[in-house]
Amino acid sequence: MKKIFVLLFIWIFQTNALALIEVDITRGNLNPLPIAVSPLSIDNESKKSFEKILDKKDIGSEISKVIENNLKTSGLFNPLDKDAFLQAPEIANLKPRFEDWNLIKAQALITGKVKYVDDKLRVEFRLWDILAGKEMMALAFTTVPNNWRRVGHIITDKVYERLTGEKGYFDTRIIYVAEEGPKTKRIKKLAIMDQDGANNKFLTLGNELVLTPRFNSTNQMVTYLSYFRNLPRVYLLDIETGIQEVVGDFPGMTFAPRFSPDGKKIIMSFAKDGNSDIYTMDLENRIVEKITNHPSIDTSPSYSPDGKYICFNSDRSGYQQIYVMKSDGSNVKRISFGKGLYGTPVWSPRGDLIAFTKLHKGKFYIGVMRTDGSGERLLTENYYQEAPSWSPNGRVLIFYRETKTDDKGKGFSAKLWSIDLTGYNERLVDTPTDASDPSWSSLLTN
Amino acid sequence: MNRSILVSSVLHLILIMITAFSLPFLSKKPIDLPPIVSVELIQITDKTNIPFAPKAKKTIEKIKEKEKKLVSEQAPPKKVKKIKPDSVPMPDDKVDKIEKIKEDKQNPEKIDNEVKQVSEFEKKELFDPNNIAALIDKSKVESAETINKSDKVTQDQQKNIDNVGLSLSEEDALKAQIFGCWSIPLGLPYNENLLVRIKLQLNPDGTIQQSEILDHARMNKPGQGFYKVLAESALRAIKLCQPLRVPTTGYERWKELQLNFDAREMLEG
Repeated sequence: MKKIFVLLFIWIFQTNALALIEVDITRGNLNPLPIAVSPLSIDNESKKSFEKILDKKDIGSEISKVIENNLKTSGLFNPLDKDAFLQAPEIANLKPRFEDWNLIKAQALITGKVKYVDDKLRVEFRLWDILAGKEMMALAFTTVPNNWRRVGHIITDKVYERLTGEKGYFDTRIIYVAEEGPKTKRIKKLAIMDQDGANNKFLTLGNELVLTPRFNSTNQMVTYLSYFRNLPRVYLLDIETGIQEVVGDFPGMTFAPRFSPDGKKIIMSFAKDGNSDIYTMDLENRIVEKITNHPSIDTSPSYSPDGKYICFNSDRSGYQQIYVMKSDGSNVKRISFGKGLYGTPVWSPRGDLIAFTKLHKGKFYIGVMRTDGSGERLLTENYYQEAPSWSPNGRVLIFYRETKTDDKGKGFSAKLWSIDLTGYNERLVDTPTDASDPSWSSLLTN
Repeated sequence: MNRSILVSSVLHLILIMITAFSLPFLSKKPIDLPPIVSVELIQITDKTNIPFAPKAKKTIEKIKEKEKKLVSEQAPPKKVKKIKPDSVPMPDDKVDKIEKIKEDKQNPEKIDNEVKQVSEFEKKELFDPNNIAALIDKSKVESAETINKSDKVTQDQQKNIDNVGLSLSEEDALKAQIFGCWSIPLGLPYNENLLVRIKLQLNPDGTIQQSEILDHARMNKPGQGFYKVLAESALRAIKLCQPLRVPTTGYERWKELQLNFDAREMLEG
């Protein structure tokens, strides 16, 4: 017994003496990570070949500019000035001198090589951890030369994922309504562009009014609303083939069509006998199913990513608020209880948040809340803004904002803006014309 | 018989008396102690000692000189004539007084006696230039004593803190440094366990000898890809921060440190 006590005493004493000092680090900074994007090296022969095909003098440098711009607009990275680089791209790609890159305070480095192989573009890239002095990632892509911008986007996605822990959103497209002409006589066309504003194309001629285009999250299909003989119809458009079809001719007004997460259904609101309810339509057998049955106005439905729930807005409480229900229409719960009116709810692809537009005291806000309605955060405030759409990783929102018309009826404009969940990184998305109703596609390559 | 009864009665009486006096003590309420205030002893590091600003030093010296002048010009209390506040001094009186003081200063014997009654300022001014060597020797002895004394204190403190963690100020300095270096990857899923424990072996100058991720196996587990990103960001922070702001003393105490990086608080916002 005595021995046990002695041993216990010694053990306690020793553990105390050898206790390791622990320090809890619970805070950090959210400053953009300093990253160096070295121009991708290219040999002279390849350079000449690409110059002939693409009319670009140095395609390696052009791709690195795409990467740099993507990283900068994300707000999470700070690409360093190329003039400060001490090591030539062709040498850096083989083995970077980490001390040189450390000197300019880079924490990560992207190097690479471009080559012309069998009429194709071959790009190799490497991501280096400067502080650890090691390679983090090395990949190679081969594609047709015209896809050079997409290669830049794919590389950014890979780097973004490796350094932030979540998938990127750069190899994506945005479909929107391009607007031209005076406010009273607007011409509205369907347009599509890369997420960085490049490769802008108009998909319709502008003879008919188009509204609310929405991407299918599983492929490159779009559903939108277009007026035909003053009656709105829901259309389906395949971006790859350009084939368009009418989903259905409905006797009443249809609004805000949106795909289900599996892409097999369309959910929309449909006004019949003066009452607006939510309906789904199976794209295979065209069977229409009524989801809500309430004398109030129920609109803007959006599925949760798992397809089990639907969020929508309704004025059943007397004011327009956000509600969540099961996908069969049961268990309806109001989730927004703040002051003001809430509309256009969109479920995040991550499933954790719902984005919305809020109108309060004459100001419009874009905000997010948890799916149970808690943690409401207003990200941006303006004279008029609405229709948020999520980036495929659920990190960034794109929406449109209109400016006020002056007394002479001038000064009106509608532009696309993006903002990330922190609320700090707000950016104007450049479009050749005025723009509204944006919708973000899923990643083109997974 | 009667005597025995008497003795017994007296003894019983004494016993009753003792009980009567001692019982109230038992029923007395315990001393009403004030609530215990926990006190943590903080090691004040060199950093917390505010350096003596040169400007302030000059100002203080000026004030001191002024005070010295005032004291030296002041007449000994005994000699000063008490003037009624309402009485207006005559110009002749003032002149007489100054002359008197001057006379006093010129007389060394008188000063010696008076010095004992005035402040230290005056004492410092009056030193014998022939006795400088003696003064220096004395000051040497005094300073040596002070050093010995202070050394003794630090050694005692050292013994006390050898087995305990970092002091609050030391820990705060280290935390503040790492907060600035750690760029938290924003894409991490905040509903997951976002704790990375890193064990460090440090050199005395705060540079890193070796770093080790304690839950290394978690990196390769399915669905834990974010953990690698988090661990790498923590390692980058440590490397970026080195040399770490560690205490200047007690190397044995902190030569091994464990840093627990937890991003959840930041990401949940």
